[in-house]
Amino acid sequence: MFDPLKPVSPGRRTALGILFFVVFLAGWAGITLGGIVPPLFLADPLKAAKSGVELFTEYGFAGDVGVTIWRVVGGFVIAAVFAVPLGILMGAFKSVEAFFEPFISFARYLPASAFIPLLILWAGVGEAQKLAVIIIGSFFQIVLMVAVIVGGSRIDLVEASKTLGAKRAGIVLRVLLPGAAPQIAETLRLVLGWAWTYVIVAELIGAQSGIGHMIMDSQRLLDTGQMIFGIFIIGLIGLISDFLFKQANARLYPWYFIK
Amino acid sequence: MSKLRIENVSRVFPGVRGGEPTRALEPTNLSVEDNDFITILGPSGCGKSTLLRIVAGLDQPTTGQVLLDGQAVREPGPDRGMVFQSYTLFPWLTVRENICFGLREKNVPDRQQAEIADHFINQVGLRGFENHFPKQLSGGMQQRTALARALANDPKIMLLDEPFGALDNQTRALMQELLLGIWEAAKKTVLFVTHDIDEAIFMANRVLVMTARPGKVKCDIAIDLPHPRHYTMKTSPEFAAYKARLTEEIRVEAIRSAQAEH
Repeated sequence: MFDPLKPVSPGRRTALGILFFVVFLAGWAGITLGGIVPPLFLADPLKAAKSGVELFTEYGFAGDVGVTIWRVVGGFVIAAVFAVPLGILMGAFKSVEAFFEPFISFARYLPASAFIPLLILWAGVGEAQKLAVIIIGSFFQIVLMVAVIVGGSRIDLVEASKTLGAKRAGIVLRVLLPGAAPQIAETLRLVLGWAWTYVIVAELIGAQSGIGHMIMDSQRLLDTGQMIFGIFIIGLIGLISDFLFKQANARLYPWYFIK
Repeated sequence: MSKLRIENVSRVFPGVRGGEPTRALEPTNLSVEDNDFITILGPSGCGKSTLLRIVAGLDQPTTGQVLLDGQAVREPGPDRGMVFQSYTLFPWLTVRENICFGLREKNVPDRQQAEIADHFINQVGLRGFENHFPKQLSGGMQQRTALARALANDPKIMLLDEPFGALDNQTRALMQELLLGIWEAAKKTVLFVTHDIDEAIFMANRVLVMTARPGKVKCDIAIDLPHPRHYTMKTSPEFAAYKARLTEEIRVEAIRSAQAEH
């Protein structure tokens, strides 16, 4: 069972994965129902579940969830549409990289959340501001990671393509791009996860809807059950989107997953 | 007129971090005739791969020039098909798509691409594996695909850089016969780099022996063995005589090369 790097069977893997959720839930129930932590600070699992049902049936929480998903996906897609091509160009052409890389490396460290007050000033508290936070948070990360992936392409494959008659455009589109595509998709999966943290931060300040807004509202009412349920929903959506992304990658790039 | 002329080609690599420049290749001359199968034999690090890369256009000579059908070579092109020692199939393409890579680049119509691919898939014995990805193939099969991929472009000359170097002995022997069969049938012009003496004799009508670094052509030996060649030829007295001679030539260079490292 504890042989280093020894693979574990799929059934056992699933069972162990679920087991930890059970352990976690039991620990949570233990400290809350057992009275170790007062309910004011941390609701018990039953209370959280009940709050969740109420949120959906009485407070129209489904709308908040929808709005938040829309913001994340919208901001992320806009960022990716511009960041991926730029990253590919930077990875492929060293002069493009030399031009952009220092600035983008700097911009990457600017925290997206620190832009919120400024963005409210520029764009108000509407959707444009929420999208902008996610775009700022995702764009620079995607550019740099894609540039590194493409820049790390196998030079021997590029040389082989040249001896087969490929010129500049052919090398970029038929060698660098397909070779890097699976890793680019993995990068997008990762950054989508980060985008979820940015959207919640954006919704904590100056929002009238969304999961973050609901969590903020619940805090005013000291309803820890609702707050925990909101956080749980974010985790659940993250898990689902991650799963879908992985499935899509396995289907799009079967060659990459051949052992 | 010669098919390929290598005129006074040398290569000096600049020193790394202020170190001495490396003279990889001394000025070299070579004339390759149409249908020649020339093997370039030399100890490792003698510049034989450098010479081949310069012919391919992947590296630029410090002096001299390479002429293919009288035209100076400046950059890589599909008129010089290359097979590398490392596995360089595109991992995201199937065997068939790999073979069609150069044809697609030339905008050959799909139907014609399919016909050409079929022909070479048969020729290198990969029927049944057309839709496999490179990772699903053995090393020998990958190199056969690489060979078919280069041949599909119908190049004027084939450049092979120790293409069977990473294969086990049995597979290597089969690959030699396969390539020789293709050459006998299609009468391609071939430049083949190797450090294996048996391989150099068996494949070639001329063997070029190169000296240890800095490399230059030491001798140019015509191999007067009949075609078609069969693997049993490797045990014939004529073959043994060539082998004895080349072993002497190459041994001196291997010793020099080993001493230079100390």
